[in-house]
Amino acid sequence: MIPMPRLSLDLPAIEVTDLQKRYGQIEAVAGLTMTVGRGEVFGFLGPNGAGKTTTVKLLLGLARPTGGSGKILGAPLGDLGARRKVGYLPELFRYQPWLKAREVLTLHGELMGMPRSRRGKAADEALGIVGLADRAGDLVGRFSKGMQQRLGLGVALLGEPALVVLDEPTSALDPVGRVDVRGIVRGAAARGAAVFLNSHLLSEVEQVCDRVAIIDHGRVVASGELDDVLGQAETLIRLTGLSESDLPAIERFGPPTLEGDLLAIRPMNAEDVPELVAQLVSMGAKISEVRSGRSSLEQRFLELVARDRPPAGTPSAPRLR
Amino acid sequence: MLAITRLTIGEAARRRVLWVLVILAAIAVSLTAWGVSSLIAAARDHGVTDLEIKFAVSQILIFIAFMFGFVLVMTAAFFGSPAIATELENGIAQAMLARPLPRASYLLGRWFGLAIVIVGYAAVSGFLAIGVVGLVSGYVPPDPILPVAYLAGQALVLLSLTVLLSTRLPPIAGGAIAVVAYGLAWMAGVLGKIGLALGTTSLVTASDASRFLLPTDALWQGVVYGLEPSFVINAGEGEFVARTSPFFAATGPAPAIVAWSVIWVVLILALAVTQLRRREL
Repeated sequence: MIPMPRLSLDLPAIEVTDLQKRYGQIEAVAGLTMTVGRGEVFGFLGPNGAGKTTTVKLLLGLARPTGGSGKILGAPLGDLGARRKVGYLPELFRYQPWLKAREVLTLHGELMGMPRSRRGKAADEALGIVGLADRAGDLVGRFSKGMQQRLGLGVALLGEPALVVLDEPTSALDPVGRVDVRGIVRGAAARGAAVFLNSHLLSEVEQVCDRVAIIDHGRVVASGELDDVLGQAETLIRLTGLSESDLPAIERFGPPTLEGDLLAIRPMNAEDVPELVAQLVSMGAKISEVRSGRSSLEQRFLELVARDRPPAGTPSAPRLR
Repeated sequence: MLAITRLTIGEAARRRVLWVLVILAAIAVSLTAWGVSSLIAAARDHGVTDLEIKFAVSQILIFIAFMFGFVLVMTAAFFGSPAIATELENGIAQAMLARPLPRASYLLGRWFGLAIVIVGYAAVSGFLAIGVVGLVSGYVPPDPILPVAYLAGQALVLLSLTVLLSTRLPPIAGGAIAVVAYGLAWMAGVLGKIGLALGTTSLVTASDASRFLLPTDALWQGVVYGLEPSFVINAGEGEFVARTSPFFAATGPAPAIVAWSVIWVVLILALAVTQLRRREL
């Protein structure tokens, strides 16, 4: 009999320190340190091969770390008891095709130690959440890929787990399904679950996550709340009639840089844009375009992960698992 | 573990494997009954004595058991070789092993489920064949449970081997290795009998070593012994030709080799659990 986990709401849902995973010469996870709190939606981003799925497998005990340590819901990585309160949607989602959707969920209810009397109700609730209530009696083998992913999401949410780990949860879904998933993730967080969302779909992460970590080559290259990761707002102005010697006059708006006809002030408060434009005009500049705002997550992501990568079309460095 | 055992049996039923096995068993038993009754009728027409008919029927039963044993072993290999490998490849196992399910429970649950299906198939087909032959010929082996148990034991040995291979190898590779190993062990058993009759120590040693590594041949001797009437055993015991035949056994397998077969299965399953625990998913 697996002992019930000692869960405490004070302990983080995930806490890893200097987590490492090496496959021969390849360092898939290289000293990962992060904390995911209860009730937060945490986006885990990275390009293909950055070590995201390996990290998920380490968290769930499907692979063993070669260094560092970590805890899930206060228990060491790989602890079977803690897994009672963890829901998981794998990247490669596949469920017994000979079972009906509801049977897959009751099976997982049994595997997670749920009493028999609760399994049916929990299965129906999970099917309702992911929009498969009317397909409960259908064989999984007849489901489309998108429906199987919805079923996997239901499996992950079964029994109101304290931690939900979703590995690319919308990879097989259409736009409607993706919107649904955002609502489902938010719903799970609203009832107190921590959601660890592993994805490379940045718009999805941007819309749903409280905090993010960007991982590349097995290391966290940026982490924090979205505002912190995205940085402060910037202003870009396409103009003529301005030279490097004019720049000190506008430094009070923020540090300016001039490359060709593009003036960039980063960071800069968006409220000051009209005053800056007025001053530039008074200095004789001719302005053709003004853009002000924050980098998108996609821009920021590309800045962070593209720094040490060769341009497309050139021989690339060995990729990570 | 029980959940996985039930799931595995359920899979065999839902995928219509059980029905196919039942239909095949019914066809095999019907053909056996028809063949044996035709042979007996023809023999009686030619004035063959009852004792000779009894001898012939026992030999037919042994031959049927040989064919059925091979089918059973192949079934075990087909069931066992994908048991773990396929679910690891397609991701079904990962979703379950992320639950509080120990890997040992998963593997042993799969093995027990398949073992129940195989033993059930062996028992139903074996007893039906013996019963039907008994009805049409009047010959029933002295202890019908023994040969069926040894047949099932052979299949369980192969199932265990393929489940072990399945923790590391793709299904086709595991199945092929197990079937080839079974064939080699059977041949080693035949050569061992010839070696024993001729007094060739090296052949006997090689055969003993083979039985130690894969004890299926020793169990086959139990099947043959269990199907023979006592007068065949008495008549064949001193005969060179009989003693070298894989279809004759003067004695059943020694208790030590039967005990080793059980220990072998336990050790192989323990090794399989260790391999799966070590494996990175």
